[in-house]
Amino acid sequence: MQNLFKCLILTAMLVALAGTAMAAKTLVYCSEGSPEGFNPIFYTSGTTFDATAKNVFEGLTHFVRGTTTIEPGMAESWEVSPDGKTYTFKLRKGVKFHSTKHFTPTRDMNADDVIFTFERQWKADHPFHKVSGGSYEYFNGMSMADLLARIEKVDDYTVRFHLSRPEAPMLANLAMDFAVIASAEYADAMMKAGTPEKIDQWPIGTGPFAFQGYKKDALIRYTAFAKYWKGKAPLDKLVFAITPDASVRYAKLKAGECHVMPYPNPADLAAMQADTNINLMQKEGLNVGYLAYNNLVKPFDNLKVRKALNHAINKSAIIDTVFQGAGKPAKNPIPPTIWSYNQATVDDNFDLVKAKKLLAEAGYPDGFEMKLWAMPVQRPYNPNARRMAEVMQADWAKIGVKVEIVSYEWGEYLKRSKDKNRDGAVLLGWTGDNGDPDNFLAVLLGCDGVGGSNRAQWCYQPFEDLIQNAKVVADPKERTKLYEQAQIVFKEQAPWATIAHSVVFEPLSKKVVNYKIDPLGGHIFYGVDLK
Amino acid sequence: MFSFLLKRVSIVIPTFLGVTLLTFALIRLIPGDPVELMAGERGIDPVRHAKLLAEMGLDQPLLVQYWNYLSAIFHGDLGTSLVTREPVLREFFTLFPATLELGTCAIIIAVLIGLPAGIIAAVRRGKATDYTVMGLSLTGYSMPIFWWGLLLILLFSVKLGWTPVSGRISALFWVDEVSGFMLIDALLSDEEGAFISALRHLILPSIVLATIPLAVIARMTRSAMLEVLREDYVQVARAKGLAMPLVICVHALRNALIPVITVIGLQVGVLMAGAILTETIFSWPGIGKWLLDSIQRRDYPSVQGGILLVACLVIFVNLTVDILYGVVNPRIRHNR
Repeated sequence: MQNLFKCLILTAMLVALAGTAMAAKTLVYCSEGSPEGFNPIFYTSGTTFDATAKNVFEGLTHFVRGTTTIEPGMAESWEVSPDGKTYTFKLRKGVKFHSTKHFTPTRDMNADDVIFTFERQWKADHPFHKVSGGSYEYFNGMSMADLLARIEKVDDYTVRFHLSRPEAPMLANLAMDFAVIASAEYADAMMKAGTPEKIDQWPIGTGPFAFQGYKKDALIRYTAFAKYWKGKAPLDKLVFAITPDASVRYAKLKAGECHVMPYPNPADLAAMQADTNINLMQKEGLNVGYLAYNNLVKPFDNLKVRKALNHAINKSAIIDTVFQGAGKPAKNPIPPTIWSYNQATVDDNFDLVKAKKLLAEAGYPDGFEMKLWAMPVQRPYNPNARRMAEVMQADWAKIGVKVEIVSYEWGEYLKRSKDKNRDGAVLLGWTGDNGDPDNFLAVLLGCDGVGGSNRAQWCYQPFEDLIQNAKVVADPKERTKLYEQAQIVFKEQAPWATIAHSVVFEPLSKKVVNYKIDPLGGHIFYGVDLK
Repeated sequence: MFSFLLKRVSIVIPTFLGVTLLTFALIRLIPGDPVELMAGERGIDPVRHAKLLAEMGLDQPLLVQYWNYLSAIFHGDLGTSLVTREPVLREFFTLFPATLELGTCAIIIAVLIGLPAGIIAAVRRGKATDYTVMGLSLTGYSMPIFWWGLLLILLFSVKLGWTPVSGRISALFWVDEVSGFMLIDALLSDEEGAFISALRHLILPSIVLATIPLAVIARMTRSAMLEVLREDYVQVARAKGLAMPLVICVHALRNALIPVITVIGLQVGVLMAGAILTETIFSWPGIGKWLLDSIQRRDYPSVQGGILLVACLVIFVNLTVDILYGVVNPRIRHNR
C-alpha cells in the first residue's frame, strides 16, 4: 500500500513537471487583429507581417533583431557593381523549408526560389502572378517593378539582380516583408495538385517557426522549426491569441493568459509600470507625426507664413496632453533612430511674438482663416489627432489665425489630402518600412510624391537633388552627408511642421526573456525564451 | 392554414430584396474606398488605383454592380472578400457556429432567468420583489454592453480569477473543428480539460449578451402575466381553491407565453446586434466581429453577404415564430 502511494506521488510529480515544462515553452502573444492572409507579398499591414514574414519566412537580407542594421539572411554575402546597378547574391547553403502534411520539400532553398519569389510579383505572365488575386501592393509601392531590369540565375547558389538605375536602399528593400523567399518547389507541387492558391493559405518558409494552423479570428499556432539554419528557437510553440481590444489584451496579460501584448492604451501605461508582474519595455518609434501645409496654395506658399505657424505650435504641450508623455518633439522629418539624423538642425521654437512678427512681415498682420485637417483614427505617430488640432487651434488663435478643424472618414481623408488644390494643413505621419532615410525623405517630400504621398505638395529642387544623389551613391558616409544637408534645407524651407516621434511601448510578462522591440514595428519571437 | 402560410412567405420575398438593396446601398454611402484604405498613408498612383477598382468590379455603374450582385446571389455566390480573398459564404459559415453557440447560450440564460423573474414580479406586484426585478431589468436594458463586458472581465477574470478573460478556449488547446461548436468539438477531442476550458470561456460573454434580452423577457412576461392574472378564468380558478402555483403555471402562464414567445423571436435580431460588441470585447471569433472588421475595411462583398445572411436568419426565425403563433392560436391565422 505504501509502495503504491509512493508510486502515485512520483507519477503525479512527473506529470506536473512535464506539464510545467510543456507550458513553459509555449509563448502566447495577444495579437491586435487577424491576419488578412498568410502570404505577406499581398498585404501591407503589420498584423499580417507578424503572422507571416517576421516569424515564418526570411528574405535575402535581414534586419539585426531590434535594429535597422542590415545583416545577411538567405544571402550569405553580396557584391555591388561599381555603377550600383548590379547586385550579386551568394545564397546560403543547407537552408531547409518547413514540411507539412501536404508537402515535404526534397531540396534546400536555392536560386530558383529567389527567382520565383520576385518574378511572381513582377511579371504579369508568370503562372502564379494572378493566383489568389495577385495584387502586390508593397512590391509596386516600392517601385520594384520599375527598378528591376532582370534577375539572373548564375548557378544554384548565386543570383544576380540587374537594376534599371542605381538604388542605394536596395539591400534595405530586400529585407522588407514583401521580399521573403518562398519555395518554388512547393508552388510547383500545388500547381500540379490543382490547388495553386494553397501556397498563399498554408505558408511554408525557411523561418524559425513553422505554421501549424489557423482558427479564423481566434488563434494561430506555430511550432519551432527544428531544422532552422540558425538553430532551433528556445521556444517550442508560439500561439497568437487574436485580441482586438487593448483593454482586454491588458486584462489577459494581467491574468497570465498571454505573455506579450502590442499597442497598449496610453491611459494604462502608468498602471503597467507599477505592476510587478509586467515588464513595460519602450523604444523610440521609427515614425514621425507632422503637419503638412499645402505649399502650392496661398497663404502657405509663403515661407514666412509657414515659419510663423511653426513658431506658434507648442510641442511640449502636445507631448503632455496628446501623447501623455509617450513621445518626443520632432525637429527633423526622420526619427533620431535612423542613421543620418542631423543633430545639428535647430527647431522652430515656441515663440508667439516671433510668430506674430513673421505673419506681419508676410502681409498678414491680423492673421487669416484656415482649415486644419485632423485624422479620424489613432495611429502610432498620433494617438489623438483631434486633440492635437485643438491644442494648435488655441495657440494659433493667439496670433490671429482662426482655425476650422475638419475631418473625414479615414479612406476619404487619405484620398482628399493628396489633392494639389487641397485647402489647409493636414495632420498625418509615417512609420518607416526599412530604416533607410530615403524611405522617409523621398516618399514624403520628393517631387514624385506631389499629388500623392507628398501631402505638402512640396517640390523644391535643391532638396530633390540632394535626395536623388543620395539614392545613387553607394558610400554610406557620402549618403549620410547628403541626407544631413537635405534635413537642413527642409528646416529652412519648413514645408511641414514636424510634431513628434512617438515612443513604442511593449508590455510583457516578467517570465519573458530576451525580447527585443523591433524598431520597424514587427513582433519577432526567434531568440525569445520563457523563464 | 395554407393561405396563411402563403401570405407569410410572400412577405419574405420583398423583405429579402429590400435587404439586398439596403446593404448594397448603405456600404457604398459610407465615404472611402477599399483601395485607398488598403494603400494607407503611402497612397497609390491613380493608374494602379483604377486598375484595382476595375479588378474588384467597382468601376462599373452602380446599377450594373447591383445587378451583378443580385444575379450572383441567385447562383449561390456571395462574392469573394476583397481583403482575405476567401469566398464570403465560406468565411460566414466558418464563423457562424461561434455566434450561434454564444447566442444560444445567451438566449437560454435570458429565458431561464427572465421568465421566472417576470412571473415573480407579476405575482408580487407592487411589492419590494417587483420593484427589485423591474429596477434590475431596467438597469440591464440600459446597460452599455462594452462597459458591462469590461466590468465583468475586470471583476471575475482579473480580480477574482474565476473565468478566463477572452477567447473560446485556452490558447494552449488545439481542438480540431468537427461541428464548429467549441463545446461539442472540445468534448470530441482528445485534449484533456478542453471541454471545461471551453465552458468557462462561454460564461462571461453569454451573460453579457443575455443581459438585454433577459431584461426585455422579464418585463414582457410581467406585463403579459399581469394582464392574464386579471382574466375571469384565472379568478375562477383561484376562487375554486386551486393552489396558486398551479393557477400560475397551468392557467395563467400558458396564455401569457404567447406574446413572450414573439418577443423571444424578436430577440434574435437584438442578439445579432449585441454580438458585434460582445464578440469584440471577448475576442469571440464570430460573425459580429467579422462584420465590424469588414465594414472598417470597406470589404463590400463581406459586408453585403454577411448582413444578407444575418437578415435571412432573422427573417427565417420571425417567420417560424409567426407560423408557430398561428398554430398555437388559431384565431390569429383566421383573422389574417
